[in-house]
Amino acid sequence: MASSVAPTRSRAKQRAGDRIFAGATRVAGVIILVALAGVAVFLTVEGFPAFGADSTALFGASSFVGFVWPLLFGTLLAAFLALLIATPLSLGVALVISHYAPRKLARPVGYAVDLLAAVPSVVYGLWGSAYFGTKLVPIYEWLEAHLGFLPFFKGPASATGRTILTAAIVLAIMAIPIITAITREVFLQTPKLHEEAALALGATRWEMIRMAVFPYARSGIVSAVMLGLGRALGETMAVAMVLSASGVITFNLISSTNPSTIAANIALQFPEATGLKVNALIASGLVLFVITFAVNFAARAIVARAEKAHQ
Amino acid sequence: MKRTSFRTVVAPAATLVAMSLALTACGAGNESGTSGSAAAKSDVKLSGTLNGAGSSAQEAAQGAWQSGFQSANPDVTVNYDPVGSGGGREQFLAGGVDFAGSDSYMDDEELAKSKDACNGDTAIEVPNYVSPIALVYNLEGVDNLQLSAKTAADIFSGKITKWNDPEITADNPDAKLPGDRIVPVHRSDESGTSANFTDWMSKAGEGAWTAEPDSVWPIKGGEGAQGTSGVIDAVTNGKGTIGYADDSQAGDLSTASIKVGDAWVAPSAEGAAKVLDISKRVDGRAENDMAMDIDRTTTEADAYPLLLASYLIACPTYKDKAKANLVKGYLSYIVSSDGQSAAAKTAGSAPLSSTLAEEAAAAVDKISAASS
Amino acid sequence: MARAKTPSTHSASSDSLSEEQPVPAQSAPPETASRRTTPLPLSHPTLPRWAPWLVAGIAAAAAGLIALTLGWGLVPWAFLAVVLYAVALPVWSLLVENRRAATDRVVSTLVWVAFALALVPLVSLIETVLVNGLGVINGQFLTYSMRNIIGPGGGIYHAIMGTLLVTLAAAVISVPVGLLTAIYLVEYGGRGHLARTITFLVDVMTGIPSIVAGLFAYALFLLFFGPGVRMGFGGSIALSLLMIPIVVRSCEEMIKLVPDELREASYALGVPKWRTIVKVVLPTAMAGIITGVTLAIARVIGETAPLLIIAGSTDSLNLNLFGERMMTLPVFIYYSFTQPGVPPEYGIERAWGAALVLIAIVMALNLLARLLGRFFSPKTGR
Repeated sequence: MASSVAPTRSRAKQRAGDRIFAGATRVAGVIILVALAGVAVFLTVEGFPAFGADSTALFGASSFVGFVWPLLFGTLLAAFLALLIATPLSLGVALVISHYAPRKLARPVGYAVDLLAAVPSVVYGLWGSAYFGTKLVPIYEWLEAHLGFLPFFKGPASATGRTILTAAIVLAIMAIPIITAITREVFLQTPKLHEEAALALGATRWEMIRMAVFPYARSGIVSAVMLGLGRALGETMAVAMVLSASGVITFNLISSTNPSTIAANIALQFPEATGLKVNALIASGLVLFVITFAVNFAARAIVARAEKAHQ
Repeated sequence: MKRTSFRTVVAPAATLVAMSLALTACGAGNESGTSGSAAAKSDVKLSGTLNGAGSSAQEAAQGAWQSGFQSANPDVTVNYDPVGSGGGREQFLAGGVDFAGSDSYMDDEELAKSKDACNGDTAIEVPNYVSPIALVYNLEGVDNLQLSAKTAADIFSGKITKWNDPEITADNPDAKLPGDRIVPVHRSDESGTSANFTDWMSKAGEGAWTAEPDSVWPIKGGEGAQGTSGVIDAVTNGKGTIGYADDSQAGDLSTASIKVGDAWVAPSAEGAAKVLDISKRVDGRAENDMAMDIDRTTTEADAYPLLLASYLIACPTYKDKAKANLVKGYLSYIVSSDGQSAAAKTAGSAPLSSTLAEEAAAAVDKISAASS
Repeated sequence: MARAKTPSTHSASSDSLSEEQPVPAQSAPPETASRRTTPLPLSHPTLPRWAPWLVAGIAAAAAGLIALTLGWGLVPWAFLAVVLYAVALPVWSLLVENRRAATDRVVSTLVWVAFALALVPLVSLIETVLVNGLGVINGQFLTYSMRNIIGPGGGIYHAIMGTLLVTLAAAVISVPVGLLTAIYLVEYGGRGHLARTITFLVDVMTGIPSIVAGLFAYALFLLFFGPGVRMGFGGSIALSLLMIPIVVRSCEEMIKLVPDELREASYALGVPKWRTIVKVVLPTAMAGIITGVTLAIARVIGETAPLLIIAGSTDSLNLNLFGERMMTLPVFIYYSFTQPGVPPEYGIERAWGAALVLIAIVMALNLLARLLGRFFSPKTGR
């Protein structure tokens, strides 16, 4: 246990309580490592046989890459669109709650937004496919008619509204409570003195937020968006219910022929899958795992560089 | 600083534990005091837990059977995990569940594997759930759509794209068909319904369906929806949509009649049961294995060959005598006329014909404890 | 005690524990100097306080006029009104005030629009659940299980208990592990290898699809209990995998924000590090930590896929976490929606009712957590 205390960090005298506590925190961290290693090993061992599988086990695709690439494309497209929508909206909601709204309004709203994280994904899926999607149909038809020259809106517009754009919006709505809750707390923790100093120097409210709040909250915002991204990448049931998936690769956002996502595809095909098909699905889960790894790695690197530049 | 300690962090958790413990003291309102009251129908008093898994199509019917069986045998709990046919078979073969429900019969490899799970005997398969599949559509002003298998195949493969296409008009001489775009809706999840539907189009469609019959929708394109309820939702919410789903779930949607011989037949439980009656057994199976190849091309009057037949898979022998009695009791109830009519009422399935039901009852009756 | 994320541009003299109230929004523009005694103007002209309302009214009216003439619906009207407002107010501000004030007005509008946009679907969703679910809930619905029930009637008592027990067990696993890890990352790990690895892997962990977590838990339990294993505790393990990263992430951010001065003051008094963390750092961050934990619970309590695989489904009440199948609310909702039986109304009704109950449970947990949090955390005036 003695070795588990980082000696350079602590200036206080080493005591038994300190050692035990530090050890406990370290053990907790290691538990996470072990759990994750377990998942990785499980995915690799179970997924490995699929790499050499033939087309019957790969749902008609000729190779594993051919099987997983359209799914990966759909996953990234949906998650990207979802974050594109969710991030600004969440920041807006968080700012309203922390700085713009009167306190009487801010508290209940913050509370309501927290609750939305609790709505089961099945309900999001049902609401998205039966209610929300149909409301979007006129918008999709308008987009096809007026912006049809763009590849994104080429159409033909879906008659049921169950497109990848709808799925991305539903994912965004699911991610908003998560991103909002954390950024809100972080914004609220900005030292009041910094804010007041900025205002006293004549800054407008926006300049105060830009110069005092955002720099302080940057790390928290990134963490929040990462959590939102995790939800968008890994969401299973809602996407499976909302998206009309066909396994194609297309940037067309408003037609009923859409790429599926990895997580949704596992949920859709797993119940009836047997033998090598199960391995293929688990291997696609491994791919998602690796992608999450890569995306997070890239995001962390970008943030670290930005922070260095900032300093 | 306020007096705080680590205890305060633990306090909420402790409160929750205490709360849930207090709650656990009381049982569900409808579960207390029933045991021993109802007269047991069977001669042997059954007790214990029976676990099954498999086809989600059977879920509603299994609910009815569980309810009927548990009412007659209050000490029994039957659980059914609707994890899907493939998952159910896999779990059964691994020895994880006592019986499985499956929308397709086992292939030879699985049959061979079943010997491991069943003390050296081959598993038995009994049809227990037959459901007509309806072609549901949402097209304003058209109530009695008629579609041959060939036309349906052309619609679902994307060859026909407009509702007033000559091929559809030929099937419907009296209907006024609009020029709307056809939106075919298929299952986006792997399902027995897709397998049976593509099988029907492939066998009865006069070559119009070129893809292999498959439980995964084999064509890229068209609208995909998850599960029967997803298809129904998509068809209901869209315009000019057509899909396929269990007839019992069609609700307010219009259903198309299909061409059998020279007549047009609307989906019905009786029509589906009739087809199962004249279908042939799969070759090379054991005596108590009732796996069947459904006759899709029948020309029998009032037969409806677009149907899904689901099976119960169980062992002929179980190590444990109590378990064997339990499985036998439950499965006998399912194939009995009581059980079949209960399922027909709550799940809209087609009751087995008396000949098939007798055969099934005979097969189930042979379930016994392993003599060792 | 230089913490990693303290922005270096700011002096470290902040004190988030002060009793100050937040600055009222209206006092933001520096407009108060009114006397012009020197040639150098200390104030500049500002729009009256009612200017935004005036512009909003005019924009709404103008858009309404156009919408009426062209026969538009509600949505295009609202869209046009917002666009008019977002253009008119900054332009006016630019003419009367200055560029910076105009920018501020643009951003304010954008923030409020973002807020409104985000709230529309959320409100619609809640409304859908309320409208469909409220009529179903009664005494029988909350105290009956589904055993031997076909058609109408029955209840979700078994699913409520299952969800409470499974989620509680998941929280009992995840909160200590997550919180301790967060403490390690902020207070002990520093920029070390282990800490950086954990930070990164926790991010990765957020991306595990819920169904994969379920498969993993199933595979794990298969090793110990043989095929066909079903138990509520397995669900808890799967949910923990999904919960831990959220707990770690949110707790880490909150602990990071505790000012170093507090720690240093504590050390200066000779308090050991661990007691500083437990008695000073954690209580200060308590509100945020509770939000994080509640969020994590809310996030996993509605998970369907992993519970279906490992906790299974049953119609009867089971209160034993370590044996046999256990029904949970999300699984119940999922199957009531997808396999409602004939006629489908009853199943679908029960599903909406169950969804509402699930949200109510989270609301109650949230309230409880907040009350406890307010009770135990030091007063911050925020």
